[in-house]
This record gives sequence, structure tokens and C-alpha cells, in this order.
Amino acid sequence: MQYTEKVMDHFQHPRNMGQIENPSGVGEVGNAVCGDIMRIYLTVENNVITDIKFQTYGCGAAVATTSQLTEMVKGKTLEEALKITNADVAKELGGLPPVKLHCSNLAADALKVAIENYQQNLKQEKESVKNAESR
Amino acid sequence: MRTIYLDHAATTAVDPRVLEAMLPVFTEVYGNASSMHHVGQAARKLVEEAREKVAKAIGAAPGEIYFTSGGTEADNLAVLGVAEAMASRKGKHLITTGIEHHAIFNSFAWLKENGFEISELPVDQFGMVNPADLEKAIRPDTILVSIMHANNEIGTIQPIAELGLICKAHKITFHVDAVQTVGHLPIDVNAMNIDLLSMSAHKFYGPKGVGALYLRRGVRIKPHLHGGEQEKGLRPGTENVPGIVGLGRAIEIAVAEMAEENAREAALRDQLIAGLLKIPDVRLNGHPTRRLSSNVNVSIAYIEGESILLSLDLQGICASSGSACASGSLEPSHVLLAIGLDHPTAHGSLRLTLGRENTAEDVDFVLQVMPEIVQRLRKMSPIYPENLRK
Ligand code: FES
Repeated sequence: MQYTEKVMDHFQHPRNMGQIENPSGVGEVGNAVCGDIMRIYLTVENNVITDIKFQTYGCGAAVATTSQLTEMVKGKTLEEALKITNADVAKELGGLPPVKLHCSNLAADALKVAIENYQQNLKQEKESVKNAESR
Repeated sequence: MRTIYLDHAATTAVDPRVLEAMLPVFTEVYGNASSMHHVGQAARKLVEEAREKVAKAIGAAPGEIYFTSGGTEADNLAVLGVAEAMASRKGKHLITTGIEHHAIFNSFAWLKENGFEISELPVDQFGMVNPADLEKAIRPDTILVSIMHANNEIGTIQPIAELGLICKAHKITFHVDAVQTVGHLPIDVNAMNIDLLSMSAHKFYGPKGVGALYLRRGVRIKPHLHGGEQEKGLRPGTENVPGIVGLGRAIEIAVAEMAEENAREAALRDQLIAGLLKIPDVRLNGHPTRRLSSNVNVSIAYIEGESILLSLDLQGICASSGSACASGSLEPSHVLLAIGLDHPTAHGSLRLTLGRENTAEDVDFVLQVMPEIVQRLRKMSPIYPENLRK
């Protein structure tokens, strides 16, 4: 396998692997191409990602890209986090074999879904607060 | 770190005895086997001796052995060559199975694109072809049946003699891809009613880049390379004399040591399978008993093959997988899908293939590290039941 040392390091020592008990948002994506699954958990405080965890079922590159992504977005605002592209993730890992480039896409997609899920949760919460107040 | 090589179905190391036979051919007996002079004739003699050895190993006559650049070329020559020779005589229908090696699989795909009709025999959950299905698939315009002897991924051994008998009864040319079995299983082309048979030297401790096609006398075939008169014009090109000598020596050794080596490997294989099946949610792929003595193929639920390979490699263990992520095409193995595995199960497959240098210690070591690797990857997996979203 033509993986960089950094990819192998993330594969061997994944950062932020696991689950968050009461997450602000969760995102899960599956990849139809090779049948892999990534799940990302977020804790968001004041629009900033204060905690992030992931679980990945897939190849070495899939594990490494999710791990790398979590490192890149921790402490960032949601807007900043959403700007991270799969090319950024791949670059940070020192490159990926061409056939594996889609794996970094997968990681960025999972993050996006998690942020959307958070925003939805937030909206619902606000509405229920509003409903409670109007009563 | 110690290397434990468990990928012998992919390739083997050259046996030192084979290398010893080959070395002088590079520098001392370097003649072109087609040259009239004594330097050329010395090389010719070695080529013919090797041909005799190959023929003897499979019960053929030396004149029925054609040297090629390997298994893929032998397979291509057999399938395409017979198809082309027979199309104008008898018809354009050919029969194969859904679990062939890509050398066969893609040759048939090419034929299909070019106006031939292909019937693909199904296999059961263990990867076995049912002879009754072959009988049913045969038509008046069938010109070739091609079925592999043992499968490279799951190790299942087909009832070749029985299938061969059916072909013979219908007067249909029968090709067998024996790349995984020459030097590993007894083969007699007459007793098994085989008309063409492919082999590759590097699967039985010979060099890479050389193989052979057995072609029964009288079988119609067209060449695919066009050049000189080497190999009776069927496979022109200057003979790879060192490779051919290596092939001859390798097959001689493999056949002589086959029975003993098979018994030894089968014991290791069974130990390996039993140990792997002790890990929860692991299943054996391929036939429980009719399998190569070197082949272990399991699917490990909830984790992915490439991740397993990387983890094993970090421990010095070389293995293989039919997972989509580990293949350049991102398609899981067609063999695993053909035996009825769903995508995730095919995805989590692991193939360990034993060989001459493997020992009981190797097996012990694999069984020692496997549970940790599986546990670690399952902990990471979003589909592992314990990790389902709280
Ligand atoms: S997740 Fe399948 S190739 Fe990376």
C-alpha cells in the first residue's frame, strides 16, 4: 500500500476515536462505491466545535482521513469547519493514493451532515422554548 | 520484526534448488534455442528437458506442452485461441463459471463484446460447480468449456474429472485453469479428460514470467502472438530459457514433495481455521473439506479487509483480502459475491495462504495477534453492535 507515514500513523493511533454521550450533532455517511461508513459526533458551544469524535468502518485511508479531519476542526467555528475540503484533508496527510481520494470526501461529508444535524437540533430546541414561553 | 509470509496464492519465493538450476543459463548456456550452432543447441536441449519434466508432471506428451510468459498468457491463448479457431466451424457459444480468475473472466468478457455467447455456471455457497449444471448448459454450438481446478481466493477444488467426462461425451474442448493447483494437487490430463491446461511457475516456487499451456494433440487453436516458429508457431518469441529451466526444475520438485507437503500444510491450515473461528462472528469462506491444503479464507464481521491487512502487516504478517477497499477497482471480489456473500461480509474477508516455509510458530503468532487486531478495529467500527448509536 502506498500510504504516507502520516496516514499510517493516524491509522495506528487514531485521534478522537469513539463516541460522545450527549452530542450536539451526529452525522453518518455511507459510501456506495465501496460500502464504507463513517460517523461523526460533535459538541458545539457558542458556535465553536469544542469536542469531536468519530467511528469509521473502511480502509486505512478512511480511518486516517476521519482522524485527521477531527484534528483539523476541533476548536474551529462551524463556518470555519465547513470550509475544510477533502483536498485539505488529503494534503494534510501528505497525499493519498488516487483511488483513495474519495475517502477524504467521505470524512468531509460526515462532518457536514453532523453540523446540519446540530443546526436542526438547535432549531427544534428554540421552537420548543418559544412554544413553552407562549403558553 | 519477523516476516510471516502467508500470501502464497499470490506468489512464492524461488526455491534455492530452482535458482541453482537457472543461474548457469543466464551466463553459460546463454544461446538462443532457435540457433543452429552448438551454443544455441545447448539451450535447446535444456528447453526440451524442461518440456519433458512438465509433460511428465501432468501425464502429457512433451509435444503437447507450450511455454508462455505465465498463467495469464496461457489462459488467454487457450480461451481466445480456441474461440477463434472454432467460431467458423461449430458455433460461438462458450461455458465458464462465475468464479474464474480475471485472466479467464476478462478473456470471456472480451469475447462477449465481440459477438460470442457466454454461459456462466453458478456455484453453490461453497464455491462448487454442479456437473448437472454443465450438462444443462451445453448446446450444439458450444465450442469450449473453461473451468478452474481450484479457486485462488477460497481454495475450493472442482470435480474436474467429472466435468471433463461430460465435455468428452459431448465432444467439447475442455480447458482447465490449473494455476493454483499444478505442483500442489495430482493432475493427469488423460484421466481427468482435460484438453487444455494452464500453469504458472511462480505459484510453485519457480520464477515469475514463465508458464505453460498443455494442448492435447488435435485440438484446434489459433495463435495470438504473430512471429517466428517457436513453440510450433503457437507461441512465437525467443524462448525464456532460464525461466523454462526454472519451471521444469520447480515442477519436478513440487511433484516429488507434494504428498508430504500437502499433509503438513493441511495440518497448519486446520489449526489456523480452528483458531480464527474461535473469534466471535468469524465465518469460513469456501468448501469445508474440498479445499487446497494451503488456503484459509474467513470473513470477519463488522470490520474491513484492508484495515485488517494493514494491521497484520504492522505485525510482519503478509495476507490478502477480497475487500473492495483493497482492490484498485473498489469492487469487492466477484468470487465472494458469487458464493452468496453480501457486500459487508465480502468486505471483511481475509485470505491466508500457506507455503513451504511456514511453521506451526507462524500459525501460533497469527492466532495470538488476530484477536487484538479484530477487537481494535471493531472498537472503531460504527456498525459493530456494541457501538451502535446510544
Ligand atoms: S473507504 Fe473504501 S476505499 Fe477507503
